[in-house]
Amino acid sequence: MTTARGLEVSDVVVQYEADGRWLPAVDGVSFEVTPGEVLGLLGPSGCGKSTLLRAIAGLERLVRGAVSWDGADLAPVPVHRRGFGLMFQDGQLFPHRDVAGNVAFGLQMAGLGPAERAPRVHELLAMVGLEGFERRQVETLSGGERQRVALARSLAPTPRLLLLDEPLSALDRALREQLAEDLARVLRETRTTAVFVTHDQDEAFAVADRIGVMFSGKLVQVGTAAELRAEGIDRSVRAFLGN
Amino acid sequence: MTARRWVGWGLVAAVPLAFLGLFFVLPTGTLIARGFSTGGSLDLSGFGEVFSRPRTWRIVGLTFLQATLGTVFAVVLGIPGAYVLYRRRFRGQWLARALVTVPFVLPTVVVGVAFRSLLAEGGPLGALHLDGTLAAIVAALVFFNYSVVVRTVGGFWAHLDPRAEQAARVLGAPPWRAFLSVTLPALVPAITAAASIVFLFCATAFGVVLILGGIRFGTIETEIWIQTTQFLNLRAASVLSVVQLVVVGAVLGVSGAARRRRERALHLTAVDAARERLGRADWAPAVATGLVGVVLIALPMLSLVLRSLRTSRGWSLQNYANLATTGGRGVLTGTVWAALGNSVRTAVLATAIAVVVGALVGLVVSRRPRSRSGRRAIETLDAVFMLPLGVSAVTVGFGFLIALHRPLGLDIDLRTWWGLVPVAQAVVAVPLVVRSLLPVLRAIEPRLRQAAAMLGASPWRVFLAVDLPMVRRALGLAIGFAFAVSLGEFGATSFLVRPDRPTLPIVIYRLIGRPGAENLGMALAASVVLAALTAAVMMLAERWRPASAMGEL
Repeated sequence: MTTARGLEVSDVVVQYEADGRWLPAVDGVSFEVTPGEVLGLLGPSGCGKSTLLRAIAGLERLVRGAVSWDGADLAPVPVHRRGFGLMFQDGQLFPHRDVAGNVAFGLQMAGLGPAERAPRVHELLAMVGLEGFERRQVETLSGGERQRVALARSLAPTPRLLLLDEPLSALDRALREQLAEDLARVLRETRTTAVFVTHDQDEAFAVADRIGVMFSGKLVQVGTAAELRAEGIDRSVRAFLGN
Repeated sequence: MTARRWVGWGLVAAVPLAFLGLFFVLPTGTLIARGFSTGGSLDLSGFGEVFSRPRTWRIVGLTFLQATLGTVFAVVLGIPGAYVLYRRRFRGQWLARALVTVPFVLPTVVVGVAFRSLLAEGGPLGALHLDGTLAAIVAALVFFNYSVVVRTVGGFWAHLDPRAEQAARVLGAPPWRAFLSVTLPALVPAITAAASIVFLFCATAFGVVLILGGIRFGTIETEIWIQTTQFLNLRAASVLSVVQLVVVGAVLGVSGAARRRRERALHLTAVDAARERLGRADWAPAVATGLVGVVLIALPMLSLVLRSLRTSRGWSLQNYANLATTGGRGVLTGTVWAALGNSVRTAVLATAIAVVVGALVGLVVSRRPRSRSGRRAIETLDAVFMLPLGVSAVTVGFGFLIALHRPLGLDIDLRTWWGLVPVAQAVVAVPLVVRSLLPVLRAIEPRLRQAAAMLGASPWRVFLAVDLPMVRRALGLAIGFAFAVSLGEFGATSFLVRPDRPTLPIVIYRLIGRPGAENLGMALAASVVLAALTAAVMMLAERWRPASAMGEL
């Protein structure tokens, strides 16, 4: 067993069924994320990056390969015991709970009492710039505010790994740039290990320390922003990314 | 909207309005008037008289008790069923779904006979001594309504975005907690809608209570029937019908509010949630659903079939051979096969009427007019056409009986008209037709119609080219529903049927009411025949069910 720290994804294959045939959505992907690092997964829509993220979370069945943390295979660990966080593209806030109820959910699951939850909720809302929003109903929030609440919610139980599935894609451009900066700041401040999925190059460069480029279910390249700029992103992928 | 289109839609709406006006509003209105007046003047003494009897209070209490117990059990058992049959997928799922649906359309008389064959002395569960108890009635009510919960909640659940639950799981919630804290609250509107419909069906249960309840148990429904046919006390029956109308109105109000909430909530959910295969983690709901399927649904049916094949001289088809006779000591006026012929002819007519009326209602109610007054008119129409769903078959039958003698002052007596039975059955079936068609009609993108119109299609051509192809499958389902319901209709028919032309459910009820093993055997065999026919019709219709339909029943 390696003494690798952090996340290790090795030779992962995930399939989906279409018209009675099984097709690979993720096709033999391997990479590592060290503690405190933010890895961006960049690729066109349908390249399998979101599926890969869900596989790491334990929401998709692996056909082959393994996902491990600090050298321990996660195959027998169910979703809720992995200690990972996942932020969805459209937030997936619980409509029947208010903002504080959403942010506190993970803390509640961890067994924290109301007295311990309140200050943590306050602290996280302050961090994402939503101080005093505790009692707001989620329907009354704008798209940007919802994603901020979703970020606070996934950070609240201090996950050992945060998975972000296109968290900014549903927002308009100006808001997206603003939130990308905030997201990068929050991840750095909290020293959160994260995998960040996006189809937007600028976003990936703004948030991630290293970037993996995915195409047709395969991981084509991995490197820092500087390395990718020097080598250039694989041309066929860049054509899909649109610039 | 132009004046011409108003006239056009007015005509489309006029046919069902006239139908329901004559055959629903007039009878129930006459019924209410009869309860509140004598000889044309207001007289509330009928209420005082009926409500001063302890018997009335006992019946009202029993109605609520049975309906509450039936609803609670149907909901508690139906939720795991909805999960297994609609949220997961497995081989043979369509068959399981169809099997679960069959009880809902099984004739009440058949279900009564089936449960008695199961629970009576000498039956497979005779040792439990449940025959003639409240438990037997509640079990039969759950048998009927299980599918209503499974389909209503399941249809909604299948479209619920699974990611909300996944979000809870990732935040550390074990599966049961994610269900309780995220999924269940999202399902509440669908559960409320299902529960109120089930409560309505339980509170207006007639045939099954009449057969299983004996003299100890009854509902307002059976009491109306007993007061009319045994005590000839039409006044008391009218008063009880008014009570029944109030109960039904209240429950429909709750269910309507729940439905509106659900339609609003729908905007929050994804259109299609990818269903996962049924796995080992689903053992608890899978076992619960399997148990319900075997013990509650399959066992009574199986027991009915087995006992129909038993005679005093062992296993034989003698009971079936007897269907060509008029029963021991000439209980019946014609053979059972002749009654089946009557049933099929009546059901064909009733289905034709119900589908035409129901389709016109669906077309009108599915419109989304721009103007506020137009929208309000549509909402009112929608509510009006749903009324017969709640108003019991017994009330319809009884209302026909007292209203259609010289209707509207005309010198005709419709009560002996042969067409009355199919019309009454159609009144009972129309709401089911509307509820099968409406979700599909409403789901048609209005811009498709606009596109067709822009390409030069007249409103009629738009209907033929856009609406019709899209609702064709739902129309098949609606026809199946209407036919099955008409075949088994007992409540209204029992008031209106002519002695020389009985339908099959009426004949079955007559046979079990007479002594003699031969008559009972014939009732069992006739029940099997009726159940098989209804189930076959429903299975056929189920195959046409549109995959994406969010039907309510």
